[in-house]
Amino acid sequence: MNKDMKEELKIRTVKGPDGLEFEVEPLRDYYCEAAPTVQTGAYTAIVEKLFNWARAESIWILGFGTGCGAIEMRPLMSPRFDAYRYGVQGRPTPRQANLFIISGYLSVKTLKRVIRSYEQMQNPKYVIGLGSCTINGGMYFDSYNTIKRLDDYLPVDLYITGCMPRPEALLAGVIELKSLIRAGKGEGANLYAKNFEWYKANQKRVIHDWDMPDYNW
Amino acid sequence: MKTLYQSLKERFTPGELTEQRDGLAFLTVERDQLRPMLGHLRDSEGFGHLVLLTAVDWLEEGQFQLTYLLSNRKKQQDIGLRVMLPREDASMDTIHDLWPTAATYQRELREMFGIDFPDSPRVNEEFILEGWKDLPPYRRDFDTLKYAQATYRDRPGRETRDPAKHMKEQLYPDKD
Repeated sequence: MNKDMKEELKIRTVKGPDGLEFEVEPLRDYYCEAAPTVQTGAYTAIVEKLFNWARAESIWILGFGTGCGAIEMRPLMSPRFDAYRYGVQGRPTPRQANLFIISGYLSVKTLKRVIRSYEQMQNPKYVIGLGSCTINGGMYFDSYNTIKRLDDYLPVDLYITGCMPRPEALLAGVIELKSLIRAGKGEGANLYAKNFEWYKANQKRVIHDWDMPDYNW
Repeated sequence: MKTLYQSLKERFTPGELTEQRDGLAFLTVERDQLRPMLGHLRDSEGFGHLVLLTAVDWLEEGQFQLTYLLSNRKKQQDIGLRVMLPREDASMDTIHDLWPTAATYQRELREMFGIDFPDSPRVNEEFILEGWKDLPPYRRDFDTLKYAQATYRDRPGRETRDPAKHMKEQLYPDKD
């Protein structure tokens, strides 16, 4: 175990309400030890196609804004853009969401929280990189504290270019994502599971104080 | 501002007064006079609000400049006190007992410039950067481009254009 682990993640003895003392090892007891696994498709192509159609109609966005682009996500829910008509809605917790929009520059400190949230989302899940910063660093190409390529750390299904893209572009991106999912190309979660070691190595190279479990499920 | 400067001169030995505009002036102060002067300005002159505490890195001179900006709401006056510190092992007296908010500024300066403020609350805790191992990033001898290139991977195909030249080519290519 990493010696920098947070106090609450260390092994400790707890006294239960019945007076019995027992040992708690948070990393094993509270989190899933097993690495994520690749989910195979349904047994026949036509059923998988039906599933993909259904998935494409329910895009629930995690309410997590990372950069300046977070402000472009809010108008989607207003009557002017009305994202609900495409089956898009915002959700407050990762367990209820299946689309993570990285909305602009991503600092290393936020990346840690993004990884935690992404890993808590249920399969199948998708990631959209919004704006130049997620593609090649954008105007933060020489920043000491923001990552340059989002796809080094998370599997990205789709990028939306611009600095910042307007809500229309974001909506067009979501519609594009829907057609990707319908075509069976929304395989981000499986990509993450398949290359889990590689993603973890990249993440740990920039996050120097890794004080959380390797897989936050 | 002039009258304030005169009354300060009677008690302390401040440096030259630089008036930026009406109601905003800066003066340079010796390090050991800073705390009494801040206390005097706060308690007797009505400068009750610490607007900000920030630093400038004068790399060539080997000095850090700390700026304490105070505000007097009633008279709508702002005054900035500048203190020069040697850059090597920079350390300054804490003023968190005068303004509790100063502790946050001091914690930030400790992390971003490496200026120490002994006895300031939680000054050695991480503020924004987590697990930072390099030079403090706001120091001018920290090469942020080099650090970014070494730490984060580039995506090939990025082009950089000079904005003025590019716009000229786009809008009026045949004019000078």
